[in-house]
Amino acid sequence: MKVFVTVKRVVDYTVPVRVKDDQTGVDTAHVKMSMNPFDEIAVEEAVRLKEQGIASEVVALSIGLPVCHETLRTALSMGADRAILVETDLDIQPLAAAKIIQAIARGESPQLIILGKQAIDTDHNQTGQMLAGLLNWPQATFASKIKVEKENVQVTREIEGGLETLRLQLPAVITTDLRLNKPRYLSLPQIMQAKKKPLQIIQASSLQLDLQPRIKIIKVVAPQKRRSGMKVATVKELVDRLKNEAQVL
Amino acid sequence: MKILLIAEHNNKLLHVVNDHVITAAQQLAGEIEILVIGNECESVVQAAQKLPSIQKVLVANAPEYAYQLAENSAELIASLAKKYQYIMTAATTSGKNTMPRVAALLNLAMVSDVVKIISANTFERYIYAGNALTTVVNDESIKLITIRQTAFPKTKANSEKIAPVERITTVFPNRGTQWVSQELTASARPELSAAKRVVAGGRGFKSAENFKLLEKLADQLHAAIGASRAAVDAGFAPNDYQVGQTGKVVAPDLYIAIGISGAIQHLAGMKDSKVIVAINNDPDAPIFAVADYGLVADLFEAIVELEKWIKDK
Repeated sequence: MKVFVTVKRVVDYTVPVRVKDDQTGVDTAHVKMSMNPFDEIAVEEAVRLKEQGIASEVVALSIGLPVCHETLRTALSMGADRAILVETDLDIQPLAAAKIIQAIARGESPQLIILGKQAIDTDHNQTGQMLAGLLNWPQATFASKIKVEKENVQVTREIEGGLETLRLQLPAVITTDLRLNKPRYLSLPQIMQAKKKPLQIIQASSLQLDLQPRIKIIKVVAPQKRRSGMKVATVKELVDRLKNEAQVL
Repeated sequence: MKILLIAEHNNKLLHVVNDHVITAAQQLAGEIEILVIGNECESVVQAAQKLPSIQKVLVANAPEYAYQLAENSAELIASLAKKYQYIMTAATTSGKNTMPRVAALLNLAMVSDVVKIISANTFERYIYAGNALTTVVNDESIKLITIRQTAFPKTKANSEKIAPVERITTVFPNRGTQWVSQELTASARPELSAAKRVVAGGRGFKSAENFKLLEKLADQLHAAIGASRAAVDAGFAPNDYQVGQTGKVVAPDLYIAIGISGAIQHLAGMKDSKVIVAINNDPDAPIFAVADYGLVADLFEAIVELEKWIKDK
């Protein structure tokens, strides 16, 4: 069974984000970039399926500027077998990303596509569901447990108030939630080895898809700051103030 | 102009989140209809008929819709879409699951997690875990949006008018997906995303056993329990307790953060709370920057004292 995983290059989750003064976006120059954490979980899950003998091949896919090959190298270091970079300098929004992944999947016929549930930069939480819709495949979003059976995959999902388990017929699309797994740390030999693994580059323009951004971004600003409050000295003072000043008790 | 809302419900009760979505829909000044997708959901339909501003209740009631799976729900919504200029639902796990699939079937882009409606085609939403606020224009022929519940108040009480019901007889089958089971966290406490008060714990609790110390305080305050991602990752609390950009976004009247340092991603999930209290033994914890009342103290001692003083108040 061939497994696809998608990886997005984003501002590292530990970096404090700064909005540009001209309100056109977030300053990403000279900022540490890494793989979207939810995608890291997707890669980890796919690699574990390979280690268990369930997946025969793990293919990592990324979309963006040539520099995204770094993110794909990380996926290869984690254990993916090969990588595909769809190169473009367009602002690829979720629908366009889904169309690209669909086009690549058409030629490759994976049985399972695992994506992060959302990217921590744009926070849309759309691409996996859109991809499943375009492919007309079953979907399981926000997965916290994946168990591949013969022609099905059983997925436990995080929903409001608890968990839900679905059985999807393969091929299927799954998006990851935090508790699915803990991605592995990379060792130097793994990183060195990954340099020899194949990485194919495809120009997005060659796919003949409508990839133009449909949602226009008018401005990006820093959110309003909360006014700073006060320190209280004791629990008694806290309760007094909550009761009499804030009137929330 | 017509707006279609997708109802959030569990076949028995309408979820309160619909009242927030209606407020958002009212700002668009159109004719609002609501679609109930479910099975044996008559009580939900009746409740939906009494919702304010609703002109019509569309009902797709069939065993195939019992678990509101994304696959056939999306096909159903897409089949109705052409009559509407807007399709809206709450940015809950259910809305997030289904709406993008609808968008793909219609070849439309959509806007998730809207916090403000500026005009008929212009919306605000957060990006980068709440660290930036973006204004976007959606010029698609049908505007699909999900609404962040905490950003819109509840609509006023039920209306006197009873909206008519229209039954949809075409049923889209379930093909590839089978529902297996559900496991809901049993709790008598209010639901986290709708609670007026939330007490939340972080890594400072040091163990799952210690985390349970929050329960008594929560019950005393009739509060829901929340947790930071660190506490969830460490296994102190279940995942559905997680407050943050990647978990639940809450905005209660009172949020008490105990032993939570205040990582950016946690703050994004609670900074719109009316009153924030932080209790932490580290005076430099970032949580104090957003707290209305900060107390530097050992959390275990503070909880015991809190219980005592709240009881005495």
